[in-house]
Amino acid sequence: MSSRTEPEGSQEEKRHTQSVTPRQTSNIKHQTPITFHGSRLTAHTSRLTFYALLLPALLFLLVFYFYPLAAIFRASLGAGIAPAALAERLATSGTLRLLGFTVGQALASTALTLLVGLPGAYLFARYDFPGKALLNALTTVPFVLPTVVVATAFTALIGPRSPLNTLLMSALGLERPPLDFRYTLGAILLAHVFYNTTLVLRLVGSFWANLDPRLEEAARTLGAPPWQVFWRVTLPLLRPALSAAALLVFIFCFTSFGVILILGGPRFATLEVAIYRQTVQFADLPLAAALALIQILGTLGLTLIYARLQVRLSRPLELRPAESTRHRPHRPGELTFVIASLTLVLGCLGLPLLTLAARSLEGGARFYTALAENPRGSIFYVPPLAALGNSLRFAAGTTGLALALGLPAALALQRERRGWLVDALFMLPLGTSAVTLGLGYLIALGRPPLNLRGTPLLIICAHTLVALPFVVRSLLPALQAIRPALREAAATLGAPPFRVFVAVDLPIIWRALAVGAIFAFTVSMGEFGATSMIARPELPTLPIAIYRFLSLPGALNYGQALAMSTLLMAVCAAGFIAIERLRPPGTQAF
Amino acid sequence: MNTIKQRWFCLSLGLLLLVACAAPTPPPARPRTLRVMVYDSFSVSESVIKAFETQHNATVQFLKAGDTGTMLNQAILSQENPQADVIYGIDNTFLSRALEAGILQPLAARPAGLANVPPELQLDPSLRLIPVDYGDVCLNYDKAYFAEHQLPVPQDLRDLVRPEYKGLLVVENPAASSPGLAFLMATVDRFTEEHYPDFWQDLLANDVRVVDGWDTAYYNEFSGGSGSQGTRPLVVSYATSPAAEVYFSEGALTEPPTGAITAPGTCFRQVEFTGILTGTPVADLAEAFIAFLLSDTFQADIPLQMWVFPASQTAPLPPVFQQYAVVAQEPVQLAPDVIAANRDRWLREWTEAVLR
Repeated sequence: MSSRTEPEGSQEEKRHTQSVTPRQTSNIKHQTPITFHGSRLTAHTSRLTFYALLLPALLFLLVFYFYPLAAIFRASLGAGIAPAALAERLATSGTLRLLGFTVGQALASTALTLLVGLPGAYLFARYDFPGKALLNALTTVPFVLPTVVVATAFTALIGPRSPLNTLLMSALGLERPPLDFRYTLGAILLAHVFYNTTLVLRLVGSFWANLDPRLEEAARTLGAPPWQVFWRVTLPLLRPALSAAALLVFIFCFTSFGVILILGGPRFATLEVAIYRQTVQFADLPLAAALALIQILGTLGLTLIYARLQVRLSRPLELRPAESTRHRPHRPGELTFVIASLTLVLGCLGLPLLTLAARSLEGGARFYTALAENPRGSIFYVPPLAALGNSLRFAAGTTGLALALGLPAALALQRERRGWLVDALFMLPLGTSAVTLGLGYLIALGRPPLNLRGTPLLIICAHTLVALPFVVRSLLPALQAIRPALREAAATLGAPPFRVFVAVDLPIIWRALAVGAIFAFTVSMGEFGATSMIARPELPTLPIAIYRFLSLPGALNYGQALAMSTLLMAVCAAGFIAIERLRPPGTQAF
Repeated sequence: MNTIKQRWFCLSLGLLLLVACAAPTPPPARPRTLRVMVYDSFSVSESVIKAFETQHNATVQFLKAGDTGTMLNQAILSQENPQADVIYGIDNTFLSRALEAGILQPLAARPAGLANVPPELQLDPSLRLIPVDYGDVCLNYDKAYFAEHQLPVPQDLRDLVRPEYKGLLVVENPAASSPGLAFLMATVDRFTEEHYPDFWQDLLANDVRVVDGWDTAYYNEFSGGSGSQGTRPLVVSYATSPAAEVYFSEGALTEPPTGAITAPGTCFRQVEFTGILTGTPVADLAEAFIAFLLSDTFQADIPLQMWVFPASQTAPLPPVFQQYAVVAQEPVQLAPDVIAANRDRWLREWTEAVLR
């Protein structure tokens, strides 16, 4: 579609017939589209490039998603179960109520997450303040933490022995703590906000940073009140990134598992929880498969609607370098905003993290030094550095593979009108039950022709499957916001397609690429479910080591789990800062 | 040039001769690999496994496959192409499902070590599942709380619905946690099929808290354990938990802060089994491994690694077990076929009575 793939000949032609300033080229594009869309050869090569860029990612999906999924569905539903009987069982087992709760809590969680995340995204996009890089890194840390560990922090903060309860008990002379916020819908929503706010902060924030503030200033000069400027100018401009973030948050909450079980308690169940119970406790694989299918179809439907909308929402924008759009807060109003939104972000995300780190130090450094000991000589003992090394190796592999597959795929999708159909496919793994897919991996990828059981590659592929949607989601809005005029100008000046990509696209999407890389890294560092099913016990990751400690009573085990979690937090924060600092030599920060 | 060539020739000839001479004596066989499927919390000392490996010229490869339910599912789903030769950790609540699925092959001969295992643990006469360890799921209590409030420790499950124990108990969801399921079965046995849902209704009225897993119950709800930050002094845990509290305090405690209630009919005994997966190419090695699992070497290693009791009565117990670990008196033991026949229904009825 764009000029990048046009054969040299047509570019030569243009160079002679048209003037070369970017502005004019873009005007010409709108006036005489024939120049750019005309030749059949052009359309043909464009199509070829489209498939060539997309092929690796599609092949990957085919082998590591559709093939194992088909295998588990065949194993579950193959034993001659009548669809009618299954539908009847679905109807009688409260599936509608289950679906209602799943969708309802996901909608509420998404709305709340956006509400908490938007001021933070604005804060990170437009203001400079001391400690910003570290704070930005810390906001993503929740994403990697095991739910059991997060539940510990929440119990300390909002449970029966919370500071507020202690205060109320001593002030009012109460025997029992008056407030316990846990095991309520509120606790579920709060935990979802805690986990997912980072998606809004990063996806929307990185997009916002490049929006031209002069558009808003113009509206204000024309007399629009601030809310109107936000509603009629900023929000419409943000929509592509905002909807991408909202979709990811929704799917995450829609398939929520640990948060529901541990912080919501057994009274609450999502589809994902029901699938797990039917599979593991009742061994009812047909019912589990039917529920898994509903969850996948729900994800697919939602993603299709989103992707269709996205085509209409996204438009090329006049982007500015992030440096030029942000500044230090000066006016009292700005300062108030910065302090208020910092408090919100720190309160929701920082406080639980701090609580964990503080508790890990309750035994002095003992919980940390104990990590390096193996007094019982267990064959499964892993020194903390080795677990860290395993985690980092898997995360590096995942980040590399997800970028290598995701970047070409995003490049293909942004230039193809019907790309949205394919785009939706990449989201499916996020909406697929982990236990279903895990069992699919075991039966499909543990035998010839593809016997990968126990290999590190299998773990990396499983993690990449989840990481890929993040890379695509963070890249697409950025790519679609680039004015074609810029690429056309570069091409007109004689740059071959790859040079156009390096000179024009790459600097602009670099921030989005870093966001994608950060989430790929994060997904891998924090993943537990699939890893515990397919990893070799000799190569445990940090989350696996944390769970091992939490399966035994005693102060030392609990302390070591917290120490390991703090280690995980620190390493991830350092990793995020490092990824953000990475920049290809010669490119300017944008 | 020539001399060098000749020398090479002689050397190769010599080597060839050497090889030819060496050929009749067989080279040491490469170690065979034994794949053992275990659940997440399985553990064993490195030296113990080394002993088996040296003795049998084998390499033991462990596959951790999730919790017991997930592990069994994996074994069933991959029975056409088994991922392991031996499976370890199927308990008496899953025993019938494993036997019915046909994933196990009987041992060729009765292992000698089985003679030291009490007959009540030997639940599969077909020799497909061999008992290796057992543990009692019991109520644990916070000693400080009961002393401070001068409250007697409950000695019967029925006590739990009395007003003085209101709001004190936390239990695990039986549909998600194995101690939770064990406790549910103890109540079924204590109050009969007909009346156990009523007991749970009363328990609910007495403000019982249900959480999803053992870790949440013990660390976030229970008040007694070191590191626990809850407020409830009664929890469903294991009879060995107080001993683990002392052991993992690293000398800070000489008395456990918690106690296990082991009164008759209040505990449920979980027995864990091992077996050979059908279709293994190394059946003899698998059988040798199971014999080894019943030997004192492995049995004595069980307590500190997995905090359960060895099945063999001749295995010595570590001091911390001798001093602090208790065995339930007359624990509830339901027959595996009764469990298999009713388990789904109990879980459904329980969910209906407690969570709705």
